[in-house]
Amino acid sequence: MTDATPTTIPIAAPAIPSPDALISFESVRLGFDEGEILRGVNFRVAAGETKVLIGETGAGKTLALKLAAGLLSPDSGTVRVLGQDLSLLSERELFAFRRKIGFVFQEGALFDSMTVGENVAYRLREDQLHDDEIEPRVREALRFVELEHTIEQFPSELSGGMRRRVSIARALVDRPAIVLYDSPTAGLDPITSQTIMTMILRLRDSQGVTSLLATHRLQDAFGLANYRFDVAANRVVHDEDGGLAEKGHSTHDTRFVVLRNGAAYFEGEPRALAASPDEYLKKFLV
Amino acid sequence: MPATDPKLLLGSDHSALSARLLDIVKRWVLAVQTYALLAARSVTNIFSPPHYITDLFEQMDVIGVGSLPIAIFSGAFIGAVTVLQTAAQFARYGQTQLTGDVVAVSLVRELGPTITGLLVAGRNASGIASELGSMLVTEQVDAMRAMGTDPTRKLVTPRMLAAVLMLPLLVAIADFSGLVGGFVIASTSQHLGAVQFWTRAINALDFSDLMQGLVKPVVFGFILATIGCYQGLNVRGGTQGVGRATTKAVVASSILILVADFFLDKLLLFLSGHTL
Repeated sequence: MTDATPTTIPIAAPAIPSPDALISFESVRLGFDEGEILRGVNFRVAAGETKVLIGETGAGKTLALKLAAGLLSPDSGTVRVLGQDLSLLSERELFAFRRKIGFVFQEGALFDSMTVGENVAYRLREDQLHDDEIEPRVREALRFVELEHTIEQFPSELSGGMRRRVSIARALVDRPAIVLYDSPTAGLDPITSQTIMTMILRLRDSQGVTSLLATHRLQDAFGLANYRFDVAANRVVHDEDGGLAEKGHSTHDTRFVVLRNGAAYFEGEPRALAASPDEYLKKFLV
Repeated sequence: MPATDPKLLLGSDHSALSARLLDIVKRWVLAVQTYALLAARSVTNIFSPPHYITDLFEQMDVIGVGSLPIAIFSGAFIGAVTVLQTAAQFARYGQTQLTGDVVAVSLVRELGPTITGLLVAGRNASGIASELGSMLVTEQVDAMRAMGTDPTRKLVTPRMLAAVLMLPLLVAIADFSGLVGGFVIASTSQHLGAVQFWTRAINALDFSDLMQGLVKPVVFGFILATIGCYQGLNVRGGTQGVGRATTKAVVASSILILVADFFLDKLLLFLSGHTL
């Protein structure tokens, strides 16, 4: 096993298409007036895998998530999600596609004119489900993030951490196959960050959701790799296998992608990143 | 050739200027294209599901009922001022009985729709732009899209429809309160009788006047809602950008309403057989 060797993917090298990958980026480029941000990004996320996108501010992490959600289109390259090339979908098909994924925005992006319950119920109402079905599902999702008591409150009455937990509840209420997290702990105090990470671990390990998480906080990334949620014990426990299912008893696969200069600079296992002799990655670890 | 050659510098300035002008023109063309697409989609959305009926009624309440005081007060005082201005002129020729005619025709054809349109635009185009702009900068619009909802269906079409449906009603109310305001002034300062004023006012109006009075607010409502939505959904630069978008929405919708008023006048006069 080459734990100590970082898997550095050269810029613009196309990823090998993988039939079981739920998300794959192949030579994806995207730019705006101020210049090109993504310059040939390649990575893929297998079913059940947790991929953590790490990078400095402005590295293009949020753009990568928005591309995966079909909220942006690449200038070139291919983004495949759930087996569909998103650039081939019409706008109407894209709206239908997005219902299959959950997106947790950096600041929560809750609808401030709606109560917490209405926010979580939003997607179910869009699907025109009956109130009798919506109510228990909303309560179940809010119970999952331990905020059932806030169902009648407005987002402005909640703290920043609570808003993000509601955002997680809103993302999971329709039981999506993939959840995308955009810097879910950015700007939060350490204790609240830990609570958010516990929710993410719990969602991953109790429901086997495939996740793509963007963060600049390496402690969050290693937290996902080194801990798992023990459903039977109902608590977070240390994962001796370092987040790799094939190594033993771990229930999840967690791998990292480091974005640098608009491309995937590193893609590989958490331990490989920690042991990497690469100067940039070492600087990042400090 | 030295870099300080005046001809070279002049040439460089010219090319920089033309590049800048070209950039400005491109931005204008892009803005017009984006607005036209948004406005067209707000209409085509009506013909396919999903429809957001609750949002439509909510917006009808905000735009229509919320603007009612503006329509009543502005209408009443415009009617009163029209009587003050015209009655004094008519009195010089002993034709004060024509006051009712003038107030009715000017209110229904021009002043009612235009001034109500401008005031409602001032209130609602700014409100729409700031609401949607705030949603955009806090990623609520992206969240909506991420959950499979088309923001043009959920946010733009209900506002456009609400404005198009409510503005004619507001104008009708403004016209009526204008006639009442005009009558109060006519009866107190010109001592015109109620029967004389109201009979002449109603008889002065024909079908083409009513058509003008009802077609104009439909167009004005469309303009104020779509401009407000366009500015709100194209905010750049955070909360400062929201402020700028709000101002732009009021200015652009007011100017467009006045421009549309001129062309609608020409068109409706032509259709009603007047060749002006």
